[in-house]
Amino acid sequence: MILKLKDLFKYRQLIFTLISRELKARYRGTVFGFLWSLINPLLLLAVYSIVFGIILPGSSGRIENKDITGINYSIFLFTGLLPWIWFNSSILESSNVLFIHGNLIKKIKFPIEVLPVMTVLTNMIHFIFGIPILVLFIVFFGKGVAITPWVLFFPVAVFVQFVFTMGLSFLVSALTVHFRDLKDILANFLTLWFFGTPIIYAFMTPAIQNHKAMVLALSLNPMTHIIEAYHYTFFFGSLPHWKKLPVTLVVGLIFFYIGYLIFDKLRDTFVEEV
Amino acid sequence: MYTVIVEDIVKYYKKYSNKHKFLTLKSAIVNRSLFSDLKSSEIFEALRGISFKVKDGETLSIIGENGSGKSTLLRILAGISQPSSGNILTKGRISALIELGAGFHPEISGRENIFINGIILGLTKKKIQEKYNDIVNFAELEEFISNPVKTYSSGMYMRLGFSIAINVNPDILLIDEVLSVGDASFVPKCIDKINEFKRKGKTIIFVSHDLATVERISDRVIWLKNGKIEMQGYPKRVTDAYLEYIGKKDEKKATKQHETEKMEAEKNREKRWGTKEIEISKVKMIDKNGNEKYIFEQNEPFTIEFDVNSKSEEKDFVFGIGIFNTEGTQCYGSNTFIENFKPQSIKGTGKIRINISNINLVNGTYFLDLAVHKRDGYPFDYHHFQYTFKITSIYRDIGIARIFHEWEFSNNIKIHKKSLVK
Repeated sequence: MILKLKDLFKYRQLIFTLISRELKARYRGTVFGFLWSLINPLLLLAVYSIVFGIILPGSSGRIENKDITGINYSIFLFTGLLPWIWFNSSILESSNVLFIHGNLIKKIKFPIEVLPVMTVLTNMIHFIFGIPILVLFIVFFGKGVAITPWVLFFPVAVFVQFVFTMGLSFLVSALTVHFRDLKDILANFLTLWFFGTPIIYAFMTPAIQNHKAMVLALSLNPMTHIIEAYHYTFFFGSLPHWKKLPVTLVVGLIFFYIGYLIFDKLRDTFVEEV
Repeated sequence: MYTVIVEDIVKYYKKYSNKHKFLTLKSAIVNRSLFSDLKSSEIFEALRGISFKVKDGETLSIIGENGSGKSTLLRILAGISQPSSGNILTKGRISALIELGAGFHPEISGRENIFINGIILGLTKKKIQEKYNDIVNFAELEEFISNPVKTYSSGMYMRLGFSIAINVNPDILLIDEVLSVGDASFVPKCIDKINEFKRKGKTIIFVSHDLATVERISDRVIWLKNGKIEMQGYPKRVTDAYLEYIGKKDEKKATKQHETEKMEAEKNREKRWGTKEIEISKVKMIDKNGNEKYIFEQNEPFTIEFDVNSKSEEKDFVFGIGIFNTEGTQCYGSNTFIENFKPQSIKGTGKIRINISNINLVNGTYFLDLAVHKRDGYPFDYHHFQYTFKITSIYRDIGIARIFHEWEFSNNIKIHKKSLVK
């Protein structure tokens, strides 16, 4: 396993090249070009801000001494939405990545594990490009919200999310080759997952905290703790939960291990099934 | 000593069915094999125990019919797919020309694609930088290299792909049929490049249906048939044996076709007309040994034989024959009236033979017409385009008939005849 991961490192130039190809090709021919990776989350933010901030104002009020209404709600939403988009697109694209690059798998001797890695990293880059906007939002529009030194924990959250997403990506890309139905199931499942993760609402909302079952359900979702980590580093400006995040990392590593193991076991069948 | 050693390679494929999906996925994860839970009726053996060795610097060609396992074998050699059992040892960098430009992204420029494709094929950025001009020049794409490859013609696409793959500078070059898409000027350039590889002492494995090229470039030929090595050895010997086998198979097909044609002829009235007072039946072609056959060499003697049956006595009758090529051009036509036979009487069943000592038509497929009618054209029985036969020739000359001729050259023209390829 470790040896094979070393191989992955060996292919770094290939991975970088493929990522830059994806980034270049994705918006080629569009008017806004690369700006789309910023416009897309902003549009989504506008939709959610209108629906959940104005039409159906949340029950949040004040949490951790921060006001989560009005413009602050938009900032809070954006903090969780950006990493979710990274996660969501990575998994959805993973379910298709082996088919799209079937030519590489079938016609060239090609390290197939590079493809899920490329997918997750490409989306991570889009995510990273969104962060300066988030920071500008906080600095200019935040009411009682500011950038604090706790922001330095940001890379930790990114790392945990990367490990977990990568594991799921390996699993999804390998299994969709054999079960194509998975693609359609995934899109719906991810919508459900989105609402089951504290993004449009805060984990600490009294409405949730009063329900033991709901707290438990949310706590079992690794994405809850990952998104929470972003909420703490950017929005609340305090230390991420020091126990939950490491546990999530361990869960992420287990996912990574199982995902990679299944991917590796099925590797030889891709050539024939894609 | 040996660059490639292949030992007892077997490759199974699963016949497509949804029934065993769950079972096989489970077995794939647990046993790492897709086949352990499958019955033998559900798998297809593409390769059944292939072993061979390729020496350093040798050029080996693999020939065989479609579906004989050539491409499967090449893909296994390239490391793209894994054999179900058996071992392969290869020495050095392999470049496989299986599909040219497989990793191209249509939206980005030729230049960027060279770098990306080069890296996919295992080169470093620096190496590609060094080779960049060679690649572009060889592909003849200097003017278009900044355009996205989606604007390229299929020829340009193929040239760029070939140029990159060949500049990877492999120790072993695997080539699968890719040259068949190139135009008349690019293919010789590719062959030259392949020959340059040969001179440099690199190992080449070549899969092709183009037997002339196979004979020209290879040191040894392997003939695959139904996933097994049918024959291997000196190129000319193997290709000859292969051609003979194909010829025989075609002949069987032609005989079978004649059978179905005969049955169709009965049904198909449009191709047959007449009053049937005299009827033609049991049309067949036979060679000089009396065997029924529908493929003949250009100068091979053969006979057209058919029965005629007249229900009552007829005094005015003419037998005719016509030969047409596939374009519908009449190559020859004659009848007993033209040839000054005078009919007297016919009654009951009789047999007619037309002995052809030398048909001398150019190679191709022909249709045979047979007819019996009165001298004024009143038709008894007319068989139009009902029977086909083939003429094969060592020459690929064109036209209708081979006109006898000889070439004569004065002494200052140096030209000599190659030994004949059958």
